[in-house]
Order: sequence, then C-alpha cells, then structure tokens
Amino acid sequence: MPVLTYLEAIRQGLWEEMERDERVFLLGEDIGVYGGAFKVTEGFLERFGEERVIDTPISEAAIVGAAIGAALVGLRPVAEMQFIDFISIAFDQLTNFAAKCRYRWGAAVPIVVRGPCGGGVHGGPFHSQNVEAYFFHTPGLKIVEPATPYDAKGLIKAAIRDDDPVLYFEHKYLYRRIRGEVPEGDYIVPIGKADVKRPGRDVTILTYGWMLHKSLEAAEIIASEGIEVEVVDLRTLLPLDDETILSSVAKTGRAVIVHEDTRTGGIAGEIAMRINERIFEYLEAPVVRVTAPDTPIPFSPPLEEFFLPQVEEIVQAVRWVANY
Amino acid sequence: MEEALTPKQLLDMYYYMKLTRLVEERLQRLYRQGKIVGGLYRSLGQEGESVASAYALEEGDFLAVMIRNLGALFVRGVRPWEIFTQYMGKGTSPTRGKDNIVHFGSVERGLIPPISHLGDLIPVMAGIALASKMQRKRSVALTYIGDGGTSTGAFHEGLNFAAVLKLPLIVIAEDNGYAYSTPKHKQMAIENIADRAIGYGIFGETVDGNDVIAVYQATRRAIRRAREGLGPTLLEVKTFRMRGHAEHDDAWYVPRELLEYWQKRDPILRLETYLKEHGLADETTFEEITHRIEQEIEADLRYAEESPMPDPQIALEGVYAESPSVSESPSISRESEVKARS
Repeated sequence: MPVLTYLEAIRQGLWEEMERDERVFLLGEDIGVYGGAFKVTEGFLERFGEERVIDTPISEAAIVGAAIGAALVGLRPVAEMQFIDFISIAFDQLTNFAAKCRYRWGAAVPIVVRGPCGGGVHGGPFHSQNVEAYFFHTPGLKIVEPATPYDAKGLIKAAIRDDDPVLYFEHKYLYRRIRGEVPEGDYIVPIGKADVKRPGRDVTILTYGWMLHKSLEAAEIIASEGIEVEVVDLRTLLPLDDETILSSVAKTGRAVIVHEDTRTGGIAGEIAMRINERIFEYLEAPVVRVTAPDTPIPFSPPLEEFFLPQVEEIVQAVRWVANY
Repeated sequence: MEEALTPKQLLDMYYYMKLTRLVEERLQRLYRQGKIVGGLYRSLGQEGESVASAYALEEGDFLAVMIRNLGALFVRGVRPWEIFTQYMGKGTSPTRGKDNIVHFGSVERGLIPPISHLGDLIPVMAGIALASKMQRKRSVALTYIGDGGTSTGAFHEGLNFAAVLKLPLIVIAEDNGYAYSTPKHKQMAIENIADRAIGYGIFGETVDGNDVIAVYQATRRAIRRAREGLGPTLLEVKTFRMRGHAEHDDAWYVPRELLEYWQKRDPILRLETYLKEHGLADETTFEEITHRIEQEIEADLRYAEESPMPDPQIALEGVYAESPSVSESPSISRESEVKARS
C-alpha cells in the first residue's frame, strides 16, 4: 500500500473527489496559481481549471458565504481558510447562515470549510489556534479533525459527500511529519465514528489531532510500568461518537482527555460531562484532562512549548488516574 | 433602450403593491389584538421598489428579501396565508413555526430567506450567482440591503467578491432614510449609496424608489447586463420608511415634514395617478382590485387562524440531514447507557 504524508493524503482525497464529481469545486486565497500557502492544492488549477479552483480576494466571509450560496443550488464547494484562525471572519456565515438553514427552512448546505489548525510551528497567536470550541457549540455544524493520513483522506471524502456543513481541521504540524499507508482509490471514513488507535484495559485516553500522536507516545512509555492504555482517536468532534467513548471508558473505568485547545470551554468538559451523566457507576477515578492553559498561544519557542500539552504531562495524568 | 411596460404589467404591479399594503394593514390590526407573535415590520411607503424590482425578474432567477420586501415575495408567488402563519408561529407556516416574518423560502421557488444579520445575504447571493455562471445558466441573483446594512463588512466583502468574479448579482440598496433610529448621515459620509459602485468597479445607478416604472426599468437594465456577463449592479432606490423600525417604535425621531414630503410621493398613489392619466384605469378598476385582495386576505387569514400551533417535538427536528444520537441525561433516556454497558 502506498505511503503518503498527511498533506498528500488530503490532497489525494480532494483530487479524487473533484475527479468523481464535477459539482465539487475549490475556493480560497492563493489556492490556484500558487497552489495554497501549504501547497495542499498544488497542481489543481492545471488539472481542473480556474472555474473549479478559484483564487479569491482576502474575504473569508465572502468565501464562506459564496460557498453557502453555491451549495444551496446544488454544488459541493470546498472553501479553504489559509490558516484556520481566519475562520473567525466567517463566523457569522457559518454559525448563523449555514448551520441554521436546514433547521429553519429545510435547505441543505453541503459545504466543507477546511484549513490548517494548531501549533508547534511557532506561528504565534494568529497562525496557531485551535478553533473547534467556537463551533462545537453550534447545532447544525459538523467538525472533523483527522490525525493520520488514512483518516485524512477518508474524512475529506466523507466531508465533501456529507449533506451538512462540515468543518475540516487539518493539523499543520502533521502535514509533512506524519506518514502512513493510504489505499489508492475510493474509501471513506464515516463522520461521527471515533477509532481505537491502541487497545488497552486500564485507562482510556480520548484525544484527536496532533495530541493523538503524543498520547500514543505516552501510552508506550506507561506500558513499561504495566499500565495498558486504550487510546481513542475521536476523529469527529461534532457529533461526538458517544458509543465508542462510553464503551471504552466503561471498560477501563478511567479516562484522561487530551486536547491541544485551551482548557475552559474546551471539548474535554463536554466529554467528561457525558461520562458523568451516563456511566458514572463505572468510574474508578475522576476524569481528568490535559490541555493547553487558558492563554493565547504564544510565539517564542520556549513559550509555545510550555503552552502545548507535552507527553510527560499525559504520562503523569495517566499514572494519577491509574493509581487513584 | 427602455423596456416599456404593458398596461397588464402595470396593473399587475399595482395589485402586488396593494396586496402588500393591505396584508400589512391586516397584520397591524392582528398585532394590536395580540394575535401575532413578536414584532411587526412594515414596508409602508416602500412597496413600490420591492414590487417593481422583483417584477423585473424572470423564471429561474433567485431572490433574497430583507424584512421590508414583502411585496417582492408576493411577486414571486408567495401567498398571504404564508405570511399570516409565519407571523402567528403556526404549525402550517412555511417554517413550521421555527422562524418568523419573511424568514422563509425554498430553493425550488428561487427564494432564499434572510438571516437577521445585515449584509450576510450578499455573499450568499454572490455564491448563487457564481453557481449560475459555472453551470452556464441564465439565472441572476437579486437581493436587498438597507442604507444601514451597507455599513457592514459582509456588504463590502460580498460586493467586491462579486465584482472581481463578474457575477450576475443585483443588489438593490434601499435608502429609506433611517436604520432603526439612525439617520443615513450617521451611517455614511456620502449622499448616494450608488456612488460606492465606482469603488468596486461595477455599475451603479440611483433611481426614485417610489416610481415603480423607473425601478422596474433600472432593474431590467441591471439584469440584462448580468445575463450578458457584465457583472453586478448596485442599484440604489430612494424611498422612505413611513413607520417605525417595527410597530413598537413610533418613530418620534423622524421629522414630521419628512413624512409629509414622502406621503405626497406614496408609490401606490403615484401609480394610480399614472394609470388614470394614461387612461389605463379608473377608480372602479382600483376598487375591483382592492375588493379581490380583501377576499383573498379573508380566506387566507381564516386558514391561518384555524391552523394549529406546531407540535412541540418539531423543535428537535431538522438540525442535520440524519438525526444524530442526542446525548441525553439519564433521567430522559437510559437506552444508550444500556448499550454502553453491554
């Protein structure tokens, strides 16, 4: 099976969807002639032409708004945010327009808004954010964030084929650092399904994105102490896969939630609440979380490293719940 | 070249303007009787521009109204019962009670409903125009924005986007004097909104919004350019809001003289005068049309009043294409919990 980088897997998924369905088109800043700031769409303009690979003005609200309009009348737009931080400019279009169309008047808005998220590359406060929590609170949206090349390709395809608006967050730290086997040709990773990336019986780690890789490292370290960690990759953040989350935690009785996003109002809080409401009797220890602190994400390498959750913190959290 | 209107077309427009006014008058009574839920936003004095601009559209075109464009909806096939049920929050309303006022539509009918956030429709309608261009269709997209709404970022982003991509989009900018209580000069430092067209490199035009023939012809010109691939138009219509922002607002801040000035320029009165002067209609014609409308309104209002309120469970429906499993508290359902334990 071919081995691709995370970025190549996204590109292949997009490419195949554009080959498969002529209703699929791309719009965003510098995505055509330049091939995208991270080169995700390199070569697309040459293959698909400027009608389906549209270089736009710097107008995130117009990019997402126009995607909504085109989707309403039957197209399948994929809008790129050059950095996912800039999605805030399109917040209104996403939370008030796209998310509410089906509910208010029964109209489908099959758009995908994708872009690079996350830290680790010293991008500073405006090129490193994780924005899922802003949208996690909006019924009508779906949110996915793959951590592996396999999932990246399968989820971009699923997102494009989905009949609801999907936010597709791709972690820029993983773009060229993570490689993995990716089948040639068509397959999808269903939206709404988490994946057990490492089975274990003692403690469950629930995580996604870059933090999956740090959690797997932590699980490996702690295995030498005789603690078997089950690592669940959420993959879809909205809607959460309650079944996978709850059955894993009901089995281990101990849960650590790890996310790169900041702490207060982060997804970990909601997951912990669901565990509390539904399988409280199965818990052997309090549910804990490992997250970034409640600050903006700083620029300078020592500050950023301090801000980002590290493997050692995850190891300590797992140890703590295991020994509770 | 001006496109002349036939007598039938003029009478058609008269019907829609009058229908708009009489439906709103009825809504006002219902409002005072406490029979409608929420606020009432009237378009008194602005019926002409809404009707005439929408009347210039053809089959396959897309329309997105704002709150003071009820007349445009009627032109495109909406019936009074839809408005009454929307205002009453009935289960038979187009949104089944999920949204109110003119916030409804359907892609099949070419009607895209607004959200309350001003300006946001412009990028969306630009996207519809983009799709029309990509699919080699003749369709144009037309939407409205008030003088206040032109101060938003979405207005700028949408128009600039449509200009750069030369999209078949028509934006009718309604200068109706006030945005809620804020007069136009506190909204912008220019006299004519259409002047902004120069900055976008698109066509701009200002017309008398209470002259339905002028509005119709200017909209037709804009549509023709759009279909020919010449890009968007910012068409400004000068009109006036003759009531408050909504019925709770008595508009004490609007000088009497302004209201008197515009009262004399009422679009319905002006069309009546025109029709009479050209021998196309007389008082009997107007009375007949009014009588017909009153009967239509009575029947539709009866239907709305007799309609049931929505089933509360509808509140949970239609968030996603397929219903995801809802995370519930144990007191509500333990079904999933059992699954989790097994």
